[in-house]
Amino acid sequence: MSSVTEQQHDQAAHHDGHHHPAKGFKRWLYTTNHKDIGSLYLIFSLTMFLIGGAMAMVIRAELFQPGLQLVEPHFFNQMTTVHGLIMVFGAVMPAFTGLANWMVPLMIGAPDMALPRMNNWSFWILPFAFIILLASLFMPGGGPAFGWTFYAPLSTTYSNDNTALFVFAVHIMGISSIMGAINVIVTIVNLRAPGMTWMKLPLFVWTWLITAFLLIAVMPVLAGAVTMVLTDKYFATSFFDAAGGGDPVMFQHIFWFFGHPEVYIMILPAFGIISTIVPTFSRKKLFGYASMVYATSSIALLSFIVWAHHMFTTGMPVAGELFFMYATMLISVPTGVKVFNWVATMWRGSISFEVPMLFSIAFIVLFTLGGFSGLMLAITPADFQYHDTYFVVAHFHYVLVTGAIFSIMAGAYYWLPKWTGNMFNITLAKWHFWLSLVSVNVLFFPMHFVGLAGMPRRIPDYALQFADFNAIISIGGFAFGLSQLLFVVVVFKCARGGDKVPAKVWDGAEGLEWEVASPAPYHTFETPPEIK
Amino acid sequence: MGKLSSTLWLILFVLPQQVLANNQFNMRKGVTDISNDVYQLHMTIFIICCVIGVIVFAAMFWALIHHRKSKGAKPAQFHESTKVEILWTAIPFVILIAMAVPATKTLISMEDASKADLTIKITGSQWKWHYEYMGEDVAFYSILSTPQEQITNQVDKSSTYLLEVDKPLVLPINQKVRFLMTSDDVIHSWWVPDFAVKKDANPGFINETWTKINEEGIYRGQCAELCGKDHGFMPVVVEAKSEQAFANWLSEAKQAKANAAIADAALLDQILPKEELMTLGEQVYMASCAACHQPTGMGLPGVFPALKGSPVVLGDIKDHIDVVLHGRPGTAMQAFDKQLSIKQLAAVITYKRNAWGNDTGDVIQPSQIQAAIDATSEAK
Ligand code: HEC
Ligand code: HEM
Ligand SMILES: [Cu+2]
Ligand SMILES: [Cu+2]
Repeated sequence: MSSVTEQQHDQAAHHDGHHHPAKGFKRWLYTTNHKDIGSLYLIFSLTMFLIGGAMAMVIRAELFQPGLQLVEPHFFNQMTTVHGLIMVFGAVMPAFTGLANWMVPLMIGAPDMALPRMNNWSFWILPFAFIILLASLFMPGGGPAFGWTFYAPLSTTYSNDNTALFVFAVHIMGISSIMGAINVIVTIVNLRAPGMTWMKLPLFVWTWLITAFLLIAVMPVLAGAVTMVLTDKYFATSFFDAAGGGDPVMFQHIFWFFGHPEVYIMILPAFGIISTIVPTFSRKKLFGYASMVYATSSIALLSFIVWAHHMFTTGMPVAGELFFMYATMLISVPTGVKVFNWVATMWRGSISFEVPMLFSIAFIVLFTLGGFSGLMLAITPADFQYHDTYFVVAHFHYVLVTGAIFSIMAGAYYWLPKWTGNMFNITLAKWHFWLSLVSVNVLFFPMHFVGLAGMPRRIPDYALQFADFNAIISIGGFAFGLSQLLFVVVVFKCARGGDKVPAKVWDGAEGLEWEVASPAPYHTFETPPEIK
Repeated sequence: MGKLSSTLWLILFVLPQQVLANNQFNMRKGVTDISNDVYQLHMTIFIICCVIGVIVFAAMFWALIHHRKSKGAKPAQFHESTKVEILWTAIPFVILIAMAVPATKTLISMEDASKADLTIKITGSQWKWHYEYMGEDVAFYSILSTPQEQITNQVDKSSTYLLEVDKPLVLPINQKVRFLMTSDDVIHSWWVPDFAVKKDANPGFINETWTKINEEGIYRGQCAELCGKDHGFMPVVVEAKSEQAFANWLSEAKQAKANAAIADAALLDQILPKEELMTLGEQVYMASCAACHQPTGMGLPGVFPALKGSPVVLGDIKDHIDVVLHGRPGTAMQAFDKQLSIKQLAAVITYKRNAWGNDTGDVIQPSQIQAAIDATSEAK
């Protein structure tokens, strides 16, 4: 008898667990719930953002003055490399995956992601990747010091023995991203609520769908590149060694065939977020929905045929240089369309300036600035002067920090009340915005000047004519770094409590996510909603 | 024409020109026709971007100011317009074509290295440049000359801090100089902003580029591709001389080379005192080895081995000489047989065997080095 009751009890417990999350660590370890996994991704990403940011502070502290003060050049190179890797693979990409986990099912009226167990896996292998990567910093010889682009033969013949750890970590990150991408695609294709036709999909869902295809296309290429680095270094192959018939420039072609689509992986979901927020606070439908979808798709397609614009100085034939110059310039057309559409959305709207909108407006202006410097970089003869200088560092931080990161902040402020049921502290959030806005420009804008004046990137010490600007840049850097702690405070306080919010948090918001209660219940849309 | 309009003129046209022409803020015009073309291209795109930016953001800020909810703005209903959308796809397209035309022209002339008057082979290695005047029998290494004390902030920094070398590349003006680039180890990138020349030096491959300098002067640049620990300490310095002065310099360089060969030959019969070898050895060590093995001889654990207490340094002299002469292929340890003279090699090996508590008492003479070199060339 007792065994029967136990069984029943078990079932009851199981059934229970289905509706309310289990308690403690196991809830998070075993969870297959898209909201839990979304939160895990977001918390993980914020942690990585702070760690990568701390490394940026080390870089900026060393560069505050000419001369070597704090760190030794070999360690400096590890800092730039690991900073880049952590920000790209640890902060930006997991943040978008976290947002996708939380919001895609809510936006398309699905009960969960289509492959919940794989979802659990794709998150939980990620911390191990970064533990391995970070641990290598503490081993004899140190962590990777060859830049996040790990060009051979610096990463093969001339790297230290810990390179295997780097390779292994990147493999895990890649597997995680591919699983996440498969999940997004399967969910969007199969679990849309009845009546949600393709051209009714919210733009965030569209951009993520396209991003997921990019991920599946290029993460295996990255895996191939790191594997070849591994075998070149440890198993005497010579993919990238001319002495054995290989070619170091081929490494760069393979890397950037991954790397260029990768930068769109980090910006397309941002376009989706901005396209969601701007209409809400303009109280007007998004201008040119269809052209947004087409623009995103054409950007994604074009992103496969521009990779060698990162390699103009490697010595390509003129015809190759011309092709990659034209193709790159072409990308600015659909990108421009997006910016014009956002402005047209605001045009004759009824605009208000809530925190998510502030970040979105800053995104539009500053991302466009990064786009302009991108267009300048596409002009091959001029790129010979810009390439591998701080001009490039300025360019990619405008598109990544004031682009990707600002969009993530905008999205976080936009949906935080939906996730927690509480309004965040608006005053603090506005402080966070204004401090970030000012300091980020003090930080990255003068980098254009030092770059044009001739300062190479990835150097721990510099000539005296760059000293003034570098001091300003570092001050901006410290201010920006500190300002982000405010964000941590706002998020933490909002999770703990605050003014309760209704289901539809923002009066101009549209979409299924605003039809479920705030905070969003543990299970939503168990019966699919009808879309008219 | 009042004061106001002249002030406006000053602010709108003269000031930006002044500010932008300043090297601290902007790309250099440089001293070649190509670098001037590149500068013009850069300014053209820059201004086009500024104009587009001003128009787009003026519209946006107009909306932000006038179409505010707090001012009672009611949202309009429009949300698409095929006409407008085609227009703002087509206009950027036309602008891009206008940009692509001059860019294409400049690029094609940049890549035409034919009909050169002089060819220089540039070889990068961790962390120095090697210049070879093809067909002239002149070749030398060019290494950062900024003293370590300046880098570690013990003394004041010179005005050319980190942008100075022991031997600059000397070039004639008004002649088309072709560069062939390659590398002995990792990828480097040879860059002189004033020439608008930046080209990667890839190991195992040869790249080609060229320049034609219009003005005499000293031009400074840096390695632009991450090439390991001392990537930031690998400057490029070019001294451009008049054609006559260049010809004189070249014959002096050839003469110096001949003299050095005679001096080396004379060394073979000499026994140099230990003190002389130790002093010279320390200099050579600091210039050529300390970047990796560190001034203390302690190396960097896991990256560069310590020479203090190293079994190779304390062990058999022949093996020790062999490592320094030929390096260790497939590692960062380079071959120094072509980089240092036999006297310098004897000195640095003597130094290592006696410095930092490596008190072997051994003294190595130039003749021993020459014998080792002869032995390997016979073996081949
Ligand atoms: C670019 C960096 C670099 C420079 C410069 C350099 N070395 Fe080395 N050296 C190395 C590395 C790396 C090794 C270890 C090679 C290996 O893995 O076997 C090494 C090994 C050695 C060894 C063998 C030590 C042992 O215990 O195995 C000697 C001796 C040596 N170097 C001498 C010199 C001398 C003398 C100079 C200057 C003339 C010099 N090195 C310059 C990187 C360098
Ligand atoms: C917190 C503020 C940040 C500061 C102060 C900062 C600063 C810097 C600096 C100074 C460099 C250049 C290092 C060098 O070339 O010597 C750099 C490189 C880089 N940063 Fe940042 N950064 C910040 C945030 C970010 C973010 C959010 C991202 C990505 C989303 C990012 C991505 C990169 C990448 C990819 C590199 C190139 C690394 C390499 O050269 O291999 N950074 N950062
Ligand atoms: Cu790219
Ligand atoms: Cu370099």
